[in-house]
Amino acid sequence: MSGAHLLVLACGAATGLQDGGRSGYQRQGLSGSGAMDRLALAAANALVGNPPETVAVELALAGARLRAVGGVVRLALAGAPFALSLDGEAVGDHRSFCLREGATLALAPPRRGVFAYLAVAGGIPVPERLGSRALHLRAGLGGVDGRLLRAGDRLPVGAPAGAGADRTIDPLPLDSEAPVRVVPGPQADHFPDAAVAAFLSATYAVSNRADRMGYQLDGPAVAHGERGFNIVSDATVAGSIQVPGSGLPIVLMADRQTTGGYPKIATVISADLRRVAQRRPGEPLRFEAVSVERAVALAREAAAVRAALPVRLRAVISREERLMAANLAGNAVDALAP
Amino acid sequence: MPDPDPAGDPALRILPCGDTALTVELGETIDPRLNARVLALEARVLAARLPGLVETVPTYRSLTLHIDPLVTDPARVASAVRELARGALSPPARRRLWRVPVVYGGAFGIDLDAVAERHGLTPAKIVEHHASPEYRVVMLGFLPGYAYLSGLDPRLALSRRPSPRPVTPAGTISIGGAQALIASIAAPSGWHLLGRTPVRSFAPGRDPVFLFAPGDAIRFVPTDPARFDALDRAAAAGEPVAERVEADAAEVP
Repeated sequence: MSGAHLLVLACGAATGLQDGGRSGYQRQGLSGSGAMDRLALAAANALVGNPPETVAVELALAGARLRAVGGVVRLALAGAPFALSLDGEAVGDHRSFCLREGATLALAPPRRGVFAYLAVAGGIPVPERLGSRALHLRAGLGGVDGRLLRAGDRLPVGAPAGAGADRTIDPLPLDSEAPVRVVPGPQADHFPDAAVAAFLSATYAVSNRADRMGYQLDGPAVAHGERGFNIVSDATVAGSIQVPGSGLPIVLMADRQTTGGYPKIATVISADLRRVAQRRPGEPLRFEAVSVERAVALAREAAAVRAALPVRLRAVISREERLMAANLAGNAVDALAP
Repeated sequence: MPDPDPAGDPALRILPCGDTALTVELGETIDPRLNARVLALEARVLAARLPGLVETVPTYRSLTLHIDPLVTDPARVASAVRELARGALSPPARRRLWRVPVVYGGAFGIDLDAVAERHGLTPAKIVEHHASPEYRVVMLGFLPGYAYLSGLDPRLALSRRPSPRPVTPAGTISIGGAQALIASIAAPSGWHLLGRTPVRSFAPGRDPVFLFAPGDAIRFVPTDPARFDALDRAAAAGEPVAERVEADAAEVP
């Protein structure tokens, strides 16, 4: 522990602590939770020198205000581009910075994307529950006392690995219009071929009923076949696209139910799940079928990108340093002048 | 796409679930024997310690394997599981039985009278039919600790309510179709509420956090409403409240 902590002055209703999630309890009905955008979590952690799956504050659409108490805290935000200001002065996202004791960090809602991660150098050492600090809200497990954050919460700050320095990284791509890739199944054969084809060619929109459990989509209803819309319950995965009686697909997310009785037409590949998560209500979503082999290859590519994040960090050059560099360059040009 | 195995179990199908999982389907029905084979296959899969296997989820009639696609891939795991599925899948020799106290009817089970009326039986008879059989936990799913049971007396089978209730309390003992359920935490439900148990099948602050496992046997023990509060306080303090009996399969009464 560093002795410092973060005092939550205000935060949106869906602000909570998330890490890489937990595993091993799905056979008892507890889904894995964890950050909705794992790449953004890893980037925020890389910026403050933490391991990639260290617990961070997950912000969803709404802003927050936090104050450092009892010491200096090094922070970084990655994911949806919330506007950050330190005691009223703007600082960038996708860079690390120090919050001085008594200073206030304000995060204003982003214009695009949904989720961002505020990582803390040294982490937030709340107690682990079943091997993770990730909040599973429905289960009342993890995070701070099994609940979302609220004003007045004091987040402990762990001891950072090193002194740290201001670093920056290129913002992560957020809102590509490219289709989200899916593997058909496990119950694609429950639907007529024409219904699967229609699903793959349709444009859906994320509805207002979108949260950490699942994203209900608006758009053309998927027609069920002769076997109807009930199956004997079987297991779900993060990315399962289930089609209930209404025909409107639901993409199951990190806090989903572990089993379900609706047929699942397709599964979003793990590499593209963050792209679904970052889509706002009303934004379009299209799907494209890929093979399992392609999905595995893309998962490995995504892991390589995540692993390379620390290498992509750059030192933050202060305004003074930038000016000096410009002057030196100017002098050099002058020196070369006839 | 699902692909049947010509050399093995004709009903076994491997269903793709993206790059991080696959489902091994042994059938499509609610059948305790089918579920026993699922659990036996799971035991074999876990004993084989397949590289890259993260966790397993048994259900009524299928086994889902969650995998790490950086270590293995679904095709490799599928062929390993096909090998493991060869030969008879027999249930384990040892098992656990839980005696679960239930207060039936009244405010504890608001649908008991209506269920009795639908079946043309007295509420007492419904309780007797519900508390007589030995049930089996065929699946823990939906929400943490929700125990889906096989073994419901067919005379109690009743299709679900036309519209779900937005909230049903923790510990709800309910029936829906041919299934019985022990609910752990408050949630919406379209099932018929017969009673409540003080037993917490999921308690985040307790060790163990989860009481029941797939394959466990369950017996319901009707209890006086006057006992509920005392048992509930004990459960809140971390007592299991359910009595556990471990024995060879043949010895459990």
